Amino acid sequence: MAKAHQKIQELAWEPQYHEPYMKYGTDYTFRKAAKKDPLKQVLRSYFPMEEEKDHRVYGAQDGAIRGNMFRQVQERWLEWQKLFLSIIPLPEISAARSMPMLFNVVPNPELHNGQAIQMIDEVRHSTIQQNLKRLYMNNYIDPAGFNNSLRNFQSDYAGTIGRQFAEGFITGDAITAASIYLTIIAETAFTNTLFVAMPAEAAANGDYLLPTVFHSVQSDESRHISNGYATLLMALSDEDNRQLLERDLRYAWWNNHRVVDAAIGTFIEYGTKDRRKDRESYAEMWRRWIYDDYYRSYLVPLEKYGLTVPHDLVEESWKQIWEKGYVHEVAQFFATGWLANYWRIDGMTDEDFEWFEHKYPGWYDRYGKWWENYSRLATPNGHHAIVAEDVDYVYPHRCWTCMVPCLVREDMVMDQVDGQWRTYCHEMCRWTDTVAFRPTYEGRETPNMGRLIGHREWETLYHGWNWADVVKDMGFVRDDGRTMTAQPHLDLDPKKMWTLDHMRRMPPLQSPNVVLNEMSDAERQAFAADYVRQGPAGRPAPTDA
Amino acid sequence: MTTTERPERSVPKPVFTDAEAGAREFPDSGASARRYNYFTPAKRKQTHYEDVTVEVQPDPRHYLTQGWIYGFADGEGGYPLHWTKLKAWGVDKPEPVRGVGTGGMSPDFTWPAHGWHEFRDPNEEWEQSLYRYNANVVRQLTQNVDNARHSKAFGQWTANWVRFVERNVGAWMHIEHILGLYVFAANERSAPTNMHNTALAANSTRKIRFAQDLALYNLTLTEEISGFDGSAHVEAWNADAEWQGARKMCEALTAVEDDWGEAVFAANVVFEPLVGELFRSNLVMQSAAGNGDFVTPTVMGAGEYDYAQRDLRWTTACFAPLTQDREFADHNKGLMQGWLSRWVAQALEAARQMQPLWSQPDAKPPRFEDSLDKAKNRFAGICRDLGLDTPEELKQ
Repeated sequence: MAKAHQKIQELAWEPQYHEPYMKYGTDYTFRKAAKKDPLKQVLRSYFPMEEEKDHRVYGAQDGAIRGNMFRQVQERWLEWQKLFLSIIPLPEISAARSMPMLFNVVPNPELHNGQAIQMIDEVRHSTIQQNLKRLYMNNYIDPAGFNNSLRNFQSDYAGTIGRQFAEGFITGDAITAASIYLTIIAETAFTNTLFVAMPAEAAANGDYLLPTVFHSVQSDESRHISNGYATLLMALSDEDNRQLLERDLRYAWWNNHRVVDAAIGTFIEYGTKDRRKDRESYAEMWRRWIYDDYYRSYLVPLEKYGLTVPHDLVEESWKQIWEKGYVHEVAQFFATGWLANYWRIDGMTDEDFEWFEHKYPGWYDRYGKWWENYSRLATPNGHHAIVAEDVDYVYPHRCWTCMVPCLVREDMVMDQVDGQWRTYCHEMCRWTDTVAFRPTYEGRETPNMGRLIGHREWETLYHGWNWADVVKDMGFVRDDGRTMTAQPHLDLDPKKMWTLDHMRRMPPLQSPNVVLNEMSDAERQAFAADYVRQGPAGRPAPTDA
Repeated sequence: MTTTERPERSVPKPVFTDAEAGAREFPDSGASARRYNYFTPAKRKQTHYEDVTVEVQPDPRHYLTQGWIYGFADGEGGYPLHWTKLKAWGVDKPEPVRGVGTGGMSPDFTWPAHGWHEFRDPNEEWEQSLYRYNANVVRQLTQNVDNARHSKAFGQWTANWVRFVERNVGAWMHIEHILGLYVFAANERSAPTNMHNTALAANSTRKIRFAQDLALYNLTLTEEISGFDGSAHVEAWNADAEWQGARKMCEALTAVEDDWGEAVFAANVVFEPLVGELFRSNLVMQSAAGNGDFVTPTVMGAGEYDYAQRDLRWTTACFAPLTQDREFADHNKGLMQGWLSRWVAQALEAARQMQPLWSQPDAKPPRFEDSLDKAKNRFAGICRDLGLDTPEELKQ
């Protein structure tokens, strides 16, 4: 194999007549980089190896169907897969699309082979995941939400939060996007929770196909991690890159934390029925997989190369999860906004409460009452959906950067950017928008850095609309034309399911950002002062200041 | 024998939930709800390939209501349509302008948007088809070469043929590698739909595999044939006059500026039949048997099958509808005819520079002019399939 790998290095190409067109740019330089290819993989062995992995995956799928796996899957779990599996094929295929961006900017032909194999891997991952979703759609009791997932997630707020995980790979500075954000942070750190921790939870909920598929996917990741590390070492050879590397590590770490911990944390903590006290909580998993396995074993050792590692952000992320209830705040918000989604969200029971209290002491005092209200308001009975009922919950503003709402209320900051007032969930997200994603950084020209674009607050598009029209416009309606795809419970009795008629009675949807920009300066200051005193669990600010 | 007490193991308990399809009746529980319902299949029934491919890459003209959320420095995100000059119907219709209170789409928005999304790869490439196909190829090749090794088949080669293979068959690996990585993979970020970019990835994969097949075959020959110079291909590629035209054009294909359509068109419609097949089919595969070699054609033949049965197939399905496009047929035809003029001249110049190769083997292949005529006829047929006129330059 070593000889074969050595041989294919003879394919390396130095142009004689025409230089390749450089479509993508970077502000990084590789003038002093030593060229080394860490990936010992030739396609002659790669294809049969992957084919064998496929045989195992598809064999397991056949077995699951023959063995009636769906008699044992927890609906609470599978419903969250409607969100996860609508999002994840896009980041995968985007990772494939990002590899050519690196061909152009990393001057190491040996590494291009590894990137090309990663490209093919990512096509594999995207389609194998689409196929898993197809299998769920065909065999799980409720196909709604799976069957229209690729329409749904593109307009759904939660799907759009996940989408930045994909678009961050394929735009802007090629090294920032395809190397630091994708391989150094997303793949090396956060696939541990995505593709290892989450599948374990799936198995505990009767679904052994998610682990089968995602462990097969994860088995490719080590090669991708090698690609990222090799590029990182090349970048470190040039002192000029240090400033950009440190910027990108900070942006990528924080964004991944905000997005992945929000989603996967919710799936694992609120999508499971496994409440054994000795099973790991998401916080415990995070400590093991992210803090110990990635931060201490991978990131910290980079300091020997003189790189400043974002210790403060790692600690702040942990603080968000452990002390500030980040995952619980997100899950509560997803459940508040159930009516704008396309999956069913099960309420929490006494057994769940007990587990949460055991794992997160003080949980019940913060969140217990709200979840009791959620269950009380779960089936339509003359009342509105919980978002329009008085349950001591203030509808949050959205973070302009990570697009998760500003849920840890005390951390919310505002800024006026490009003529628009924006709210951010944390100072780091404000920094990302106003400092990092700009054409200059600390006085240095960064002409290749990307931009945050688009309608980043979904409510903007539906400002002033009736909720029934919102849900219909987004397409989150079942085949009778009136029953909603989403439900705040798991009962499939049509009499207990919410319909557009129930939505019609609700007050119109208001876009927090539109409202914010309509305020006078004084009103806005008062709003901000009040907002940061709200919470936890979205409670209004105390009146006895 | 003694037994020791072990603490009770903590395992999740199976629970029978009856969450199988068909367990209850409710809105969306019927069989008709068990299909992806957000795209129109190309044929009556949607295929497995379509299910795992279509709409994975979003489009603001389709469902992407909030628009792209990350952009390049110029503010452009996603997969801009102007990354090729080709157009498919609907392109010039304005994107829905969304804003405060508009909802997801403007009222006059028609589904299913524009013509790019009609493309389907006839090879139906996705995970299973891609790995099955390529794994089969490498298995077959390995068996062929192993069999030749065991039967000492390389000993039958004439001395001239050994030199021919080490230099010229060896040189071809560079072309496959460059096209695979720096034309097909390099443009795999650029096309507007997931179906296009996945087809580009699959095409790239085959090319890279074939380049490596040739390199590893070269390694085997170095080990099996006394005096076989395993590095001669590098010298031939860098210095032999016969290869400089092909190299020049191959490198030019990597330098096409900001037009994935032109790069793919020039590679698969022009370069491949006029230079690729000319060399692979009309020289190597025609000459080998007469020179005692029954192995090289099986290696070359795998690459030839890649092109003839898969690369060209998707390329035709991609470009032919554009010459019949309901809005932009004339625009596209004019553009592609211009590309033909530009690239055919270069391809023929490259082909003619290769002419001395036809004289090198002891057992001669068909005459160069006959081989070239065959390649030209094949090329003219491809033009017809695409709805294009054979360019004047072909007469050169």
